[in-house]
Amino acid sequence: MTSDRASAPALLPKLPTGIAGFDFIAQGGIPAGRTTLVSGTAGSAKTVFASQFLAEGVRRHGESGVFVTFEEAADDIRRNMRSLHWPIEAWEREGKWAFVDASPVAGEDGPVVGDYDLGGLLARIENAVRRTDARRVSLDSVATIFARFADHATVRSELLRITQALRAMGVTSLITAERSHEYGEIARYGVEEFVTDNVVILRNVLEDERRRRTIEILKFRGAPHGKGEYPFTIVPGDGLVVIPLSAIELQQHSSDVRVSSGNRELDRMCGGGFFRDSIILVSGATGTGKTLMTAEFLNGGVAAGEKCLVFAFEESREQLMRNARGWGVDFAAAEAGGLLRLSCEYPEVMGLEDHLIRMKTEIEAFGPQRVAVDSLSALERISSPRGFREFVIGLTSFVKHRQVAGLFTSTTPSLLGGDSVTDAHISSITDSIILLRYVEIFGEMRRGATVLKMRGSMHEKQIREFAIDGTGMHIGRAFSNVQGILAGRPRQVSASELDRLGTLFADE
Amino acid sequence: MLQLFVTGQTPRSLRALANLRRICDARLPGRYELRVVDVLERPQMAEEARVLATPTLIRLQPAPPRRVIGDLSDERRVVDGLELDGASGASFSVS
Repeated sequence: MTSDRASAPALLPKLPTGIAGFDFIAQGGIPAGRTTLVSGTAGSAKTVFASQFLAEGVRRHGESGVFVTFEEAADDIRRNMRSLHWPIEAWEREGKWAFVDASPVAGEDGPVVGDYDLGGLLARIENAVRRTDARRVSLDSVATIFARFADHATVRSELLRITQALRAMGVTSLITAERSHEYGEIARYGVEEFVTDNVVILRNVLEDERRRRTIEILKFRGAPHGKGEYPFTIVPGDGLVVIPLSAIELQQHSSDVRVSSGNRELDRMCGGGFFRDSIILVSGATGTGKTLMTAEFLNGGVAAGEKCLVFAFEESREQLMRNARGWGVDFAAAEAGGLLRLSCEYPEVMGLEDHLIRMKTEIEAFGPQRVAVDSLSALERISSPRGFREFVIGLTSFVKHRQVAGLFTSTTPSLLGGDSVTDAHISSITDSIILLRYVEIFGEMRRGATVLKMRGSMHEKQIREFAIDGTGMHIGRAFSNVQGILAGRPRQVSASELDRLGTLFADE
Repeated sequence: MLQLFVTGQTPRSLRALANLRRICDARLPGRYELRVVDVLERPQMAEEARVLATPTLIRLQPAPPRRVIGDLSDERRVVDGLELDGASGASFSVS
């Protein structure tokens, strides 16, 4: 033990867990040849974590695994993991997976008379490891064995002996343990006292009436790792999927290639169109034309022969199609032609993490050049502010990473001016921001659009009036003689006052 | 028919075996069969019997099976645990 510490002071080899995102924040996986404690409350997906670690070894690394189950019978685990599409029974037949079933059976535990140890368990684990030549072992969950044997000091020292034996055999092991509170002691029965080097915590927190699963690497002794809680979800076929939001590096390439916004005048306002891999936020009150701008953006893509994917959270397919028809955009034909995909879902059908996974999966499957989300603010209502921020960062970085142009809409709560929470969360991440505003002039409601920000490009600074008719959006001239549109308090300015302001900043 | 699972020739294993022989010789002279299983040599048998702790004593016959864990240092409790007394004691004389 002293030798391996001396020979590898800097880089501790890691073993991938196969848990997407986790291996990223763990910078490779869990420390190889050691024991990692995975602690969580009931229902925090400990068993899935433990199984996935072994399944990854079998599926991708040609490494066998031994699953020591203390709580559920081996049969229950085989059955439960079927929903994750892992053929555990086939692996057992091929000698790649073995169970050591240490789950309690009614009437099997007799009275304890005198001293004992867990030599039987150790012998069975060693036997299974030798038989399958296993490189990975999961023990799930040790709380049950503490409940069965009253002498906790003995159980603790025996579990320590088991982890040492596994280490001596060069096996990487994972022990799951129960905790009673999401924020409190690391694990019940002082399990952390014998697995002290590496601790991972799974949480299943009720936050704003919503379940939020997170994972945190508390420590990896002698190895670097991402810090803090990361949200995760469970996906059939993939198991746990961690969303390493705060860890996503902002190192996307930026492209100089422009794509059309679908509206010639808007392209001109943006200095020649949107950038190929940029994120555009369209913000405005309800009815200002955000969905129309989305439709034009998609239409522009389809016209250029690009694949477009839209995630609609406020309207059904039918509504979306009908509205688009009203602006002269034929979504049905584009979809039949294979260039467009409408994905309509109500925000409430699933949690935000699941939405993100679903959206990523759809983007990966369809491979669009353009993605639109209408609207982001609809998703805001199903999440906590923090969860929403993580979602937005996760989605934008994913979209940008794939060199896709993304157009997201955000609804402002007040009709005139103002900004939304969405804007506050997203504005620093987006490359361009377009504001759509109602403008009240002489008792009449008109609409104005302006490009507030366009990263890496010149753009118009004026607020242009636009009209909507059966052929779409028509951007006209700039509002003159009006001030305070963005603030939501338009005010007439007389021509003479404008002249005076003009001369104020005139060159000498 | 008794099975005693032990881990090697440790003092605890030997103590359990000696305690068991003393109890059985006193209560079931010539009427019991004892098989000692060393889990280090026969881990598969431990697996099949789902043994975790050593020593574990299993009374296989007569059914239903009974288990006692530990070095069997308290005769009274071993007798209770295996139900060697009274009515069940009489039916124990199968082998």
